[in-house]
Amino acid sequence: MIMMNNYLLLSAALFVIGAVGVLIRRNLIVVMMCIELMLNAANLNFITFANYHHKMSGHVFVFMVIAVAAAEAAVGLAVALALFRNRETVDVDEVDSMKG
Amino acid sequence: MQGLENIWWVPILPLIGAVMNGLLGYRMGKGWTTFWALGTTGLSFLIALAAFINLLGMQPGARIFEKVLFVWIQAGSFTAEAGIQIDPLSGVFMLIVTGVGFLIHVYSVGYMGHEDGYPRFFCYLNLFMFSMLLLVLGNNFLLMFIGWEGVGLCSYLLIGYYYQKDSAADAGKKAFVMNRIGDFGFLLAIMWIFWVIGSIDYTTVFAAAPHHEGLLRVTKYGPMVVTCITLLLFLGATGKSAQIPLYTWLPDAMEGPTPVSALIHAATMVTAGVYMVARCNVLFNMAPTTMIVVAAVGAVTAIFAATMGLYQNDIKRVLAYSTVSQLGYMFLACGVGAYVAAVFHVMTHAFFKACLFLGSGSVIHGMSGEQDMRQMGGLAKKMPYTHMTFFISTLAIAGIPIFAGFFSKDEILLSAYMGHTPGHIFFWILATIAAFVTAFYMFRLYYMTFSGQLRAQDHHVRDHVHESPFVMTVPLMILAFLATVGGFLGLPSALAPHVLADFLAPVLNPAAAGGHGAAAEGHHLSWQMEAGFMAFSVAVAALGIFTARYFYEVRPEAAEDLAKKEGPIHTVYVTIQNKYYVDEIYDFIFTNPIVAFSRRALWKFFDVKIVDGTVNGVADFIMDLGGLIRGTQTGLVRNYATVMALGCLILVWAWIKLW
Repeated sequence: MIMMNNYLLLSAALFVIGAVGVLIRRNLIVVMMCIELMLNAANLNFITFANYHHKMSGHVFVFMVIAVAAAEAAVGLAVALALFRNRETVDVDEVDSMKG
Repeated sequence: MQGLENIWWVPILPLIGAVMNGLLGYRMGKGWTTFWALGTTGLSFLIALAAFINLLGMQPGARIFEKVLFVWIQAGSFTAEAGIQIDPLSGVFMLIVTGVGFLIHVYSVGYMGHEDGYPRFFCYLNLFMFSMLLLVLGNNFLLMFIGWEGVGLCSYLLIGYYYQKDSAADAGKKAFVMNRIGDFGFLLAIMWIFWVIGSIDYTTVFAAAPHHEGLLRVTKYGPMVVTCITLLLFLGATGKSAQIPLYTWLPDAMEGPTPVSALIHAATMVTAGVYMVARCNVLFNMAPTTMIVVAAVGAVTAIFAATMGLYQNDIKRVLAYSTVSQLGYMFLACGVGAYVAAVFHVMTHAFFKACLFLGSGSVIHGMSGEQDMRQMGGLAKKMPYTHMTFFISTLAIAGIPIFAGFFSKDEILLSAYMGHTPGHIFFWILATIAAFVTAFYMFRLYYMTFSGQLRAQDHHVRDHVHESPFVMTVPLMILAFLATVGGFLGLPSALAPHVLADFLAPVLNPAAAGGHGAAAEGHHLSWQMEAGFMAFSVAVAALGIFTARYFYEVRPEAAEDLAKKEGPIHTVYVTIQNKYYVDEIYDFIFTNPIVAFSRRALWKFFDVKIVDGTVNGVADFIMDLGGLIRGTQTGLVRNYATVMALGCLILVWAWIKLW
């Protein structure tokens, strides 16, 4: 029997990897992939606690998050595509025209 | 009375005309503009005439009709009604305004025919008629004040009619500002009257005034309150009626079209001050000090303005100074208590001065817009109708018997001589000299314009000289006719009963109501004495005429020689030609300091440093503050994400710590 702690540690590790990736990577596609990683870390956390408490609400949240993640991916990729068409780059550090 | 019930249509009709022409004037075409402008004023005149005839049919003592249309303002104990009051005094003014006003409207159709702003002109002119009728027909001081301001506004608009011209726009502003100075006095007087008596209704005020304790409280200087009130009222009158010290706007007002000068600045608006003083005769009679001031201002203005008219070369400016001078006569009459003579002179002056102005307009029209008399001459043959009517009116103003001006001016001189006001003999001497000067400058104008040879060099002007169309000459003839016979309403008491005095007595001389008006004014003269007076007046006028004839007809070079010669005469000549430097003195005392103060203190310091400083200071402060934190907005998504992550960490940490 795998302990619950192990699931939570995996979830935390995935989340930190995702967060650090978002903060340090410059490629927009990779950044978005890291965001997916963070979302899935959260999903794993939901499932773990749902199993522990024997409640269905955690499962429902996971479906919700998957749906939102799909939408976010669609919009994010469209933004990346539009950005590449206009600037011929997907490097987030080069996109700073909203600078104050 | 049936005819009097409809009296409120008299002011309303011109208002309808003004609204129609103001809103639709440029769409409905010239014919309809003329229709509305002339139709409304003409109908207004007919209603006024019917009402006047009705008034004549009533008992002399009962000739007053008041109709309250609605209660206008009600606040605490203050009530102002919008009501119409007609009595002999307002009746006479109503007829002058509508009658002369209608004739001038007809004339304007010809004179203004080629102008672009035709509907605008008639809109203003009708609005003026409305305001003026409101002024004379209102039944309380506040309505009079509304009309008073209304005519001031229309005067401003019409003086500045040629608004593209700087001088016209400036003259309009000058007239408005000068009038405002007087208006504030009038307004203060109205407030004071309400403060003391508790009403602004004519009937209430004038019934209460003679026995009112507050008004009559006597101090070392006489009845103080009533003196102050009447002086403030008179300040209003000096503004509107162009008396010293507020007269300087009237000569400049000649920038307006000539029919405007005739209607507003000769026949009607400028006599509003006389109407007001005559209307408030009860109050003025209670304040002997004010009466002296009124008489003195009138007499001094009469001579002062008459001498200024001596060397003007602009035909309209001569007439303008003449108007100021004649208004001085009217106030002199008021000041010596001869209100009837004042109103009589208002009436005859309206006839002959309107005729003179319209005649000068006809001359200017014929001379292609030339106003300088040095360019004119010999117009008698080319413009026969204008010449005849002008000549009649000139005789009338100079004071030649059978013409209207003689009787009214003679009555004023006689009243001044016989008056009870201290110093009346001195005022009489001034007025007599002014009569001589008047005859001189009017005939100077006449000879320079109509006799001799045409002096204009421009052959376009020379070939173009022509008589004006009938639409202009017919009003001239009617006015000249009135200027001839108008005087018979007030024949000297030696010859016939003074019709006008008897008619006006209930308003202007309540004590003598029903009695013989002229006699009640203290004219207990033997007929020999009165005849002697008349002969003297005629002699003075004739002397003026013959002097003018010598200088400007017989030996034109004599006047120039006299003017050129060095010495005291030359100094006087230059001083008069510069209008006694009054404009310059006013500039020096009032205008320049105010301009300098406004420029240096109000503009350069207060506006720039304080007003702008505050506004810009606030903006600068916000901008500097923004500059401090603008660095945080890098535009880089990763920076925002980092800050957000840090923020989340801090929140989580704080949540755990503080739980």
